Amino acid sequence: MTDKNKLKSKTPEGIGGGSLRDAIRVPALAVLTGLIIGAFAIIISGANVFTAYGALFVGSFGDPVRFFTGFQQLFSTGETAGLLKAIYPFTESLVTATPYIFAGLSVALGFRCGLFNIGAEGQFFIGALCSAFVGYSLIGLPAYIHLPLALLGGAAGGALWGIIPGYLKAKFGAHEVVNTIMMNWIAFKLSDWLLNGPMKASGFRPVTPTVELSAQLPRFFPDPIRLNWGLILAFVVAYALYWFLFKTTLGFEIRSVGANPDAAKYAGMSIVKNLVLVMAMAGGLAGLAGSAQVLGVDHWVGQGFSAGYGFDAIALALLGKSHPFGVVLSALLFGFLRSGATRMQSMAGIPIDIISIIQGMVIVFIAAPEIIRWLYRIKNIKAEETVLTRGWGK
Amino acid sequence: MTTINATINTALAKRSQITYGIVLIAVGLFIYLIFGLNTQAGLQTTYGTNLAGSQALPIPDIVVPAQMTVMIMAGIAVFFGALQLARGVRSTGWLIGILAATFVIAFLTWAAQGKSFNLTGMLSSSFVRATPIALAALCGVISERSAVINIGIEGIMLMAAQAAVVAATVTHNLYVGLFAAILIGGLIAALHAFLVIRFKVDQVVSGVAINIFGAGFTAFMSSRFLQKSGDLLNNSGVFPTISIPGLAKIPILGPMLFENNIIIYLMILLVIAMHIMLFYTPWGLRTRAVGEHPKAADTLGVNVYLMRYVNVIIGGIIAGLGGAYFTIGSVGRFDEQMTSGKGFIGLAAMIFGKWNPFGAFTSSLIFGFADSLQVKLQILRVPIPSEFLLMAPYIVTMVILTGVVGRAIPPAADGQPYEK
Amino acid sequence: MTGLLPIDVGQIQLVGEAIRHTSPRDILERGVAHIPEDRQRHGLLLSFPIHDNMMLCTYYQPPFAKGVSLQQKTIFDNAEALVKQYDVRTPNIYVNASTLSGGNQQKVIVAREFSRPIHLLIASQPTRGLDVGSIEYIHTQIIKKRNEGVGVLLVSSELDEILALSDRIAVMYKGRIMDIVDANKVNKEYLGLLMAGIHPSETPKAKSSAAEKVF
Repeated sequence: MTDKNKLKSKTPEGIGGGSLRDAIRVPALAVLTGLIIGAFAIIISGANVFTAYGALFVGSFGDPVRFFTGFQQLFSTGETAGLLKAIYPFTESLVTATPYIFAGLSVALGFRCGLFNIGAEGQFFIGALCSAFVGYSLIGLPAYIHLPLALLGGAAGGALWGIIPGYLKAKFGAHEVVNTIMMNWIAFKLSDWLLNGPMKASGFRPVTPTVELSAQLPRFFPDPIRLNWGLILAFVVAYALYWFLFKTTLGFEIRSVGANPDAAKYAGMSIVKNLVLVMAMAGGLAGLAGSAQVLGVDHWVGQGFSAGYGFDAIALALLGKSHPFGVVLSALLFGFLRSGATRMQSMAGIPIDIISIIQGMVIVFIAAPEIIRWLYRIKNIKAEETVLTRGWGK
Repeated sequence: MTTINATINTALAKRSQITYGIVLIAVGLFIYLIFGLNTQAGLQTTYGTNLAGSQALPIPDIVVPAQMTVMIMAGIAVFFGALQLARGVRSTGWLIGILAATFVIAFLTWAAQGKSFNLTGMLSSSFVRATPIALAALCGVISERSAVINIGIEGIMLMAAQAAVVAATVTHNLYVGLFAAILIGGLIAALHAFLVIRFKVDQVVSGVAINIFGAGFTAFMSSRFLQKSGDLLNNSGVFPTISIPGLAKIPILGPMLFENNIIIYLMILLVIAMHIMLFYTPWGLRTRAVGEHPKAADTLGVNVYLMRYVNVIIGGIIAGLGGAYFTIGSVGRFDEQMTSGKGFIGLAAMIFGKWNPFGAFTSSLIFGFADSLQVKLQILRVPIPSEFLLMAPYIVTMVILTGVVGRAIPPAADGQPYEK
Repeated sequence: MTGLLPIDVGQIQLVGEAIRHTSPRDILERGVAHIPEDRQRHGLLLSFPIHDNMMLCTYYQPPFAKGVSLQQKTIFDNAEALVKQYDVRTPNIYVNASTLSGGNQQKVIVAREFSRPIHLLIASQPTRGLDVGSIEYIHTQIIKKRNEGVGVLLVSSELDEILALSDRIAVMYKGRIMDIVDANKVNKEYLGLLMAGIHPSETPKAKSSAAEKVF
């Protein structure tokens, strides 16, 4: 029995053998290498690397000096304003990370079933719009009904957006990569129409009306801190997904279909049912990401709302090895990076798109661990298990 | 095994026969109800046949009575649908063609009732808009014929587009821009090939990474440099239209095919060249062998890795040309995300065209038509919101992909890395 | 018969019950065991641990699952017991199935299929690519099942194996069953001719005198 316990502690499920330390090594080095390449990009654009990365740090975590003065102020005058300002960057990073957690879980779930959900972007937007709609159109409902309803609306919208390409893939073998990307573009155009038409608030800007107070996710601290219950919800959902994937029969089916659809079929599992279920759930998760962002942070939806969450989520899922806990960690990392990058943009003039450059690199390194191995002279790295390229047909 | 397959095939064929018949009849009814009943009697639709500024010989416009034309289209669709259900028409290709033709003609006639609508202009614009899609599709064809999937065409086109316009603006020479685009296309494709062949990176993941990187990089360069120094870096002018003497005088077809700029002419040449290369040269034979059965090709002495590298790089060069179209072949400057998914639509065209250059070209024309259709419809002030019209190319892509992919068979080793 | 392809014509009668429309899961639940031809592609999840592969067909039933929830302890105990019973050579049940040798992989499949009550065993090329020891082992298991009253359908291209194990032999040629014969009434040459599409009733057509001698 001690043997079993020893092995269990060293083999987190779903990471495919090997210890936790091995599992983290490649992703960590991938991020490091990505940042180094990012540094090159900064140098090319003529800025100072130290200023830039310094701004990145302050933007993500906060200025240590401010913390100190903030505490001083609290103890001397009882005023919290200074302390609040000090923790603002840190909480903003968490706020940025929240939709990433949901979106990353969405893509990761897809990967587990061998599906490439690039549609998280569109599902996010549709989910946000649906949540906003429930949020601003129903008036006078108590919060304990309105809020869950709004969240549910978002998840349902996203699920719908995911189930369409999922069904097309399951029944006809149409490759989900192209179809989900098409759904993204359709979502963008649809939202353009909705925001300029039926869902437009009075005024000139193409935005929805503000969501009712009863549908907003409560915040922990007074303004300007935007940290809200969405983060807790994200953690809860991440754990729930972990339990679902690794401790239930349905999760076992999904992972089997992803690992080897032929063997799964021979063993009696229904490929169609699982593909459709996964795309619906993945869509729902991405839709929840949009919901959390609307109901917790912005309280209205405008154009360009989804701004790259879906694509970032791909890098997240790969970095986190498609495991819910890995995704949470990666999402936190990306949240901090992005949050800091905004400050890097204003302080050092580095466009925020540098994050996309870093992400592209990270994805490549994760998918080709041999590059990392060659760069850093490490032995014994296993390649990713999930095979996503199955050609274009069934 | 063969007899079992035969019985299953007839069962499936019967089911698809019925489906086609029902769909045709349904479309016919749709045409009647939505278009026919909404067309005012007595109105005429004018299909303009002459394009301003063109060298084509002028011919009179085609004028048709609107409502009758629509009704006739509905009738044709229903007729063929019934025929299919009763007897079964031999070729499903014809059926799809009739379906599309009746629907489009009815739609256009209805949309332009009482007004005039430049048919030649739309055909010409379809052809032009099909160009980047066709080039993307050709890139896909040659890459996948040697069994390497390249999803990153969109990213390659974006980066090539930006490189083209910057190089052309800085050197005041469009041809330098063209060269830059081709160079970038080839380089990025080489990177993709390197990752996929040498490191056996998952081909889809590599492609997506290229897309993300391409979008980010071009946006980065755009905000950092291009927006501030627009005139110095982002103002290249466009390739002029070249009319082919004599042929350009043909009415309707002349402006469409023979009055274009060099990128479009190159596209036509590439379609023909690739067809010849793939199917009539030893090189093409080796390429296809590597794509269908790399193990066999290897034992016969074909260098599988080299073939794949070269084909993917050639594909990248073609995609680079496609990227150049967006800037130096069209508007003369770079805007973020200007490829708007054309790279992916090109992949759908490739599948619809069954991985053949001519098939891919024809499919691209269809997509180009859908693209130019939505512009024309906005001009005609059709009572459909413009955003929905903008969705049309993407919806069409999905429909086509779903309807065709089950039956379109890719090269056998498509997507699988080769282990010696 | 494994439910993987739809039935075109006819029906299956299993333990007196007629089956027309069916799915792999339905067939498995009715007590059919299937040892597939390609053990790595169709029989196992190579990237999953042995204990998961041991319950690949029954994971959703008690005692492996209570409702939706998987019972880890039961799964582990089951795997340990089967590994011991079928002598699967592996350091433990937590390693991935890909670490096993061909013979042991086949043993896992056999262990899994035999660990539930079955009426019919369909074994397709069960000893392909295995070492002599494993071949003997699989053969013994198949005979054991036959002796327990389980129907066995063996699909194989190894004539020695077929002649050694079978009571009756059906030979197929181009999708058609040429003949069903008693195993102790034929030899390899007879089977060979059937496999080439020559039926004893067509002997006049067969040009070679060798065929005449055999028939």
